[in-house]
Amino acid sequence: MGRYVLRRLLQMVPVIIGTTFLVFALVTEMGGDPVQNLYGERPVPESIRVALTAQYHLDDPLPVRYGYYVSGLLQGDFGTSLSGSRPISEMIADAWPETLKVAGIAFVFEMVVGVAAGVLAGMRRGKFLDNLVLLSTLTVIAVPIFVLGQTAQIFLGVKAGIFPVSGTNEGFMSYLLPGLVLGSVSLAYIARLARASVAENLRMDYVRTAKAKGLSPTRITGVHVLRNSLIPVVTFLGADLGTLMGGAIVTERIFNIPGVGYNLFKAIQIEDGPALVGFVTLLVLVYVVMALVVDLLYAVLDPRIRYA
Amino acid sequence: MTIIDKTADVPAPRGAGDHEGPLLEVRDLHVEFHTREGVAQAVNGVNYTVSAGETLAVLGESGSGKSVTAQAIMGILDMPPGRIPKGEVLFRGRDLLTMSPEERRKIRGSKIAMIFQDALSSLNPVLTVGYQLGEMFRVHQGLSKKEAKVKAIELMDRVKIPAAAARVNDYPHQFSGGMRQRIMIAMALALEPDLIIADEPTTALDVTVQAQVMDLLAELQREYNMGLILITHDLGVVADVADKIAVMYAGRIVETAPVHELYQRPAHPYTRGLLDSIPRLDQKGQELYAIKGLPPNLLKIPSGCAFNPRCPKAQDVCRTDVPVLHPVTEQDGGELPGRGSACHFWKETIHG
Ligand SMILES: Nc1ncnc2c1ncn2[C@@H]1O[C@H](COP(=O)(O)OP(=O)(O)O)[C@@H](O)[C@H]1O
Ligand code: SF4
Ligand SMILES: [Mg+2]
Repeated sequence: MGRYVLRRLLQMVPVIIGTTFLVFALVTEMGGDPVQNLYGERPVPESIRVALTAQYHLDDPLPVRYGYYVSGLLQGDFGTSLSGSRPISEMIADAWPETLKVAGIAFVFEMVVGVAAGVLAGMRRGKFLDNLVLLSTLTVIAVPIFVLGQTAQIFLGVKAGIFPVSGTNEGFMSYLLPGLVLGSVSLAYIARLARASVAENLRMDYVRTAKAKGLSPTRITGVHVLRNSLIPVVTFLGADLGTLMGGAIVTERIFNIPGVGYNLFKAIQIEDGPALVGFVTLLVLVYVVMALVVDLLYAVLDPRIRYA
Repeated sequence: MTIIDKTADVPAPRGAGDHEGPLLEVRDLHVEFHTREGVAQAVNGVNYTVSAGETLAVLGESGSGKSVTAQAIMGILDMPPGRIPKGEVLFRGRDLLTMSPEERRKIRGSKIAMIFQDALSSLNPVLTVGYQLGEMFRVHQGLSKKEAKVKAIELMDRVKIPAAAARVNDYPHQFSGGMRQRIMIAMALALEPDLIIADEPTTALDVTVQAQVMDLLAELQREYNMGLILITHDLGVVADVADKIAVMYAGRIVETAPVHELYQRPAHPYTRGLLDSIPRLDQKGQELYAIKGLPPNLLKIPSGCAFNPRCPKAQDVCRTDVPVLHPVTEQDGGELPGRGSACHFWKETIHG
């Protein structure tokens, strides 16, 4: 197990280098003249151009500039934003907690409600509750998230006034509706996954054995079926947590949450290359680490899987 | 139908109460499955009895309703699509089919236990064997987790699993096929039930392991004086362990007999066909006999004798009249206890 983790950690290195280089290259090539971008239509003073060119190594070839960037990263230096001249690590430190609050609410929501709905539907296949779950999850999956988000905002925020409409001034309540909206799509997938998994496991031979042992129906589903059914669900939840922690561009924009997704969007909009690269690097790191966690979790849940 | 009296020389059954007679008596059991294609009549009036210490082998081709009968007795039939329109399953004189679900659940596992064919899929893959064995004691006797584990190790020793204490926390997939089937046997044995139903317990195993597992089962059955229903489609397996045999075809018992009599003198053409299709050492090299045709479609069982389309002896009457289970006698009318044949021409078959 220890050797497996080590190997996986080593495998991460090329993945991280590859992805960040890709984004770095894309951003530097797409941005045109980054110094001129700063000044908009105005002419750039020659002294400043020389200084900025030296500071950002703009004259060096791409791989060299990437090398400078990575050596900075290794010291915790994500570089400096072009627009606000703020250190990008500072921007991340501000934005990430915002994202995590929304992500946390979304995660709890999709886990609790999604698993419960899916398990109950799977146990009562073809009954009313099952059909209700199937229909409502299909609706949520079919409707684009921005429609879902804006509908919720208008009806629950503006009209009913139950939730703050936007911004983060009202503490927990500010994050609640964005969290529910963000979690709803994954919730639908989780409910369907749990339903299928429970229904499949109920047909397994070991359930017949459990019945023959004289176990109560509660114990059969609660211990035997659930333990097996939740393996794929937990795996999905783990992967989804990685996605959630990377921020949500659409949801954060609708509700004006200054999180990772919001910053990413802004960086793209104003062509702030360093900020964009910084935030994408964070995303990649989170994804890769969560992927490892999911694989390890899988081995814990399913004893048949052994990593060596 | 006469009950084979082979129980005279065994000790009295444990906890028998005031009930006399067989441990289990299945009477005119019917099971049907309502499927999209129609109603599959899987069991059509099965009768059999098992006494304490006695082994009944239930024999028949795949699909003849052996497992479904067992599941109906255990109360683990999938309902729906399954339905029991008719019949009684008397356990110590009380009909299991009319008991409350809770009452039945208490009997399952503790009084009547079952061993399944494929131990790998029949055990829960994500729970340790110790947990699954111990569960019997925790659920039925309220033992603590710790006490249950001690009992689980004892059980594993009992069925001769080497290094039981070291392996109690292993998972099913970590055992060999033979060891896994021993664990299934241990689980069935846990609460020392009165009756064990073993549904093809050795079919999934290697031939060498088959004999070991069968011997173990027979040994434990003798020791605990349990009744045993041994379901199999392999005539070779049963010769040494069974006391009597019931041959099933299309959901009916077509022949019953004490085990050796059945081998020597079958009274039903289907049994004869089964016996003729066993490979024999003295006929090496010869082509093996096989019963022609296929088992009947349970959605549309042939009229008259269900075996008639495949029977070498079939006459017109076979296509119109359902043969009842006739008591089989000697040529001079002398009684043959425990023998019956559901064939219009049983006399010709056994004596001809
Ligand atoms: N759950 C089920 N649903 C529908 N039909 C079933 C089910 N279980 C068994 N059957 C039917 O019952 C017949 C007898 O099955 P079974 O008792 O398992 O045969 P076997 O003698 O091989 O054990 C099968 O051919 C099948 O058509
Ligand atoms: S009743 Fe007729 S068809 Fe059936 S087994 Fe006897 S001879 Fe064959
Ligand atoms: Mg079977």
